[in-house]
Amino acid sequence: MQMTSMRRLMAGAALTVLPAGAMAADLEVTHWWTSGGEAAAVQELARIFTEQTEYTWVDGAIAGSGSTARPIMVSRIIGGDPMGATQFNHGRQAQELVEAGLMQDLTEVAEANGWAEFINPPSLLEACTLDGRIYCAPINIHSPQWMWTSHAAFEAAGVEPATNWEELKAAAPALREAGILPLAQGMQGWQTSLLLNAMVSGIGGADFYLQVYEAREEEALNSDTMRQIWEELAVARELSQGGNLSDWNMATNRLIEGTAAAQVMGDWAQGEFALAGQTAGTDYGCNIGLGGEPYIATGGDAIYFPVNSDAAVTEAQMALANVITGPEAQVAFNAAKGSLPIRGDIDLTEVNACTQQGLETLAAGNTIPSIDMLLSSDTRGQIEDLTAEFFGSSLSAEDAHNRYVQIVMSEM
Amino acid sequence: MARSGPPLRLFQNWQAKLAATPMILTALVVFIGCSLWTVVYSFTNSRLLPRLEFVGLAQYERLWSTPRWQVSIENLAVYGVLSLILTLAIGFLLAVLLDQKIRFEDGFRTIILFPYALSFIVTGVVWQWILNPDFGLQHIVRGMGFSGFTFDPLNDPNLVILALLAAGIWQGAGLTTVILLAGLRGIDEDVWKAARVDGIPTWKTYIFIVLPMMKPVFATCVVLISAGIIKLYDLVVALTRGGPGIASEVPAKYVYDYMFGNQNLGQGFAASTMMLAAVLAIIIPFALFQLGRKRRV
Repeated sequence: MQMTSMRRLMAGAALTVLPAGAMAADLEVTHWWTSGGEAAAVQELARIFTEQTEYTWVDGAIAGSGSTARPIMVSRIIGGDPMGATQFNHGRQAQELVEAGLMQDLTEVAEANGWAEFINPPSLLEACTLDGRIYCAPINIHSPQWMWTSHAAFEAAGVEPATNWEELKAAAPALREAGILPLAQGMQGWQTSLLLNAMVSGIGGADFYLQVYEAREEEALNSDTMRQIWEELAVARELSQGGNLSDWNMATNRLIEGTAAAQVMGDWAQGEFALAGQTAGTDYGCNIGLGGEPYIATGGDAIYFPVNSDAAVTEAQMALANVITGPEAQVAFNAAKGSLPIRGDIDLTEVNACTQQGLETLAAGNTIPSIDMLLSSDTRGQIEDLTAEFFGSSLSAEDAHNRYVQIVMSEM
Repeated sequence: MARSGPPLRLFQNWQAKLAATPMILTALVVFIGCSLWTVVYSFTNSRLLPRLEFVGLAQYERLWSTPRWQVSIENLAVYGVLSLILTLAIGFLLAVLLDQKIRFEDGFRTIILFPYALSFIVTGVVWQWILNPDFGLQHIVRGMGFSGFTFDPLNDPNLVILALLAAGIWQGAGLTTVILLAGLRGIDEDVWKAARVDGIPTWKTYIFIVLPMMKPVFATCVVLISAGIIKLYDLVVALTRGGPGIASEVPAKYVYDYMFGNQNLGQGFAASTMMLAAVLAIIIPFALFQLGRKRRV
């Protein structure tokens, strides 16, 4: 934060020297895309924005994850010092800011450019819509329902790489025998709840997932399926015993080394495999929905545009909204980041086997809304705390299940 | 105290009162005003933005039925008691050792105080390395031949609080040492001479004569250490992030996570109000005690 205020101070100093009006509007874009692949993707976006428009991209990267960056962004918007544009995950993270009238209405740009026709799946645009007005521009799709497997680890244990959760459970004794950790699981709440939610859609299926998180039906929450999912989570706790991992990329690294067999993590894990020079299909395997029901949640990132008093900045905001959803930026940005594009009408050639699987799932329409779209941050946070506690203690599956039902039912 | 002063006592010594006005205003508006605001909003259902929709004690009911908050309070209590006792004990011991007119006292003082110059974030990272089983303490002890030695507090829910304690004391004991050393130096040389004439052993002199004389210095240390305990947050974030599981969560982290991460201001305010209440519960009796003593003198 200090960095940006310093930068703004310098920008202010520069403005007093330059004659006013001589330059086109600057647009400060804040985001938390700071890892290698992410930064490259942002650069692509900035390049295309400056090429296609007369405005200047001012990069406002905030190091750390979204949980570090979001409070800074929110406090700047609430505090009356809005940036030109900012990243949020699409869904309900920014809903209250929209309701409070702090976000720019993009409906006109969206209608003029026909967003509704090419944005696929349509749920992406719905997540940006409130009372029929559009408030954000979706930029990419990330899905968390993937189980990654290390072929080297399975080979060392003399078993076939698991293609689903049951096979992993069956292979676990052989893996343990060979000194290999069956499941690499980071102990942070968002990772443990990611596993839970992947099981809800992978074991329970899409309808079940919606009954649990959208309709929040008591019957579904108390069903045998849900009970079984918590039992499976207890098995996962067993399988990950001894891993002592916290960050997700450390866990992915165990797969790359071949000292752990599987990890349930979002498709961003592919960036780590790619960086290590591994090939999808031969070095590592990917299984959507833990190899069960093949549904992916179409979460991801969207750009929001805080309301601004400067008309020039507002123009620049509309221009950026247009660029983000354009085919050129979609191809360049998502190829660099390893995420899926939000347009159904463009062709990503030469994508690897795993991304291909993702695209096919998307094309088949096997999508579900992400947790961010269905639950408030408050409820999501409580589920994270519960699963973190579950993995870090010997809490019984039954007790945890009961508390889970309470948490989900208390969602407003 | 003279009760028969001039009628307008308010204007007595008015320059001093004028000079104190900014401080008084700051205290009223920033400290008391903002605290009251927080307390009021802790009775609302504010989510991301503060809203005046009162829900009674609902936030508090939820707070006290949340296991994570219970664990946080428990951790703070364990950490607080142990940290207070150990920091004072270690600090006093080191101060006494330094007080023996040893050579290179300046050097030792600098070394002992040095950890205090590091932020909790740095302290946390340093101890993360020290306690890492693959290249920290466990690795070194195993390298010396004890291959069965296991010491991995950062991944053991039962021991993780000790890891926090070790890092916290390592960082904070130096300051206590230096303050207590200054207190020791403030003891009149004649006291020592008298004790020696009476043939009282040195350790007895320290414990039964010098220690009681240093009450005000100890009070300073207790206040400083207690403030550090209540606000314990950054060390946890840097060392354990509350893990494994929720085993090392603390109240301040709960407040931050709920206010900003989980976008539930009401819940965060309720938690911070409880923290304020805890602080007041300690400070008010202490202040009354001090006030009462002054009156008597």
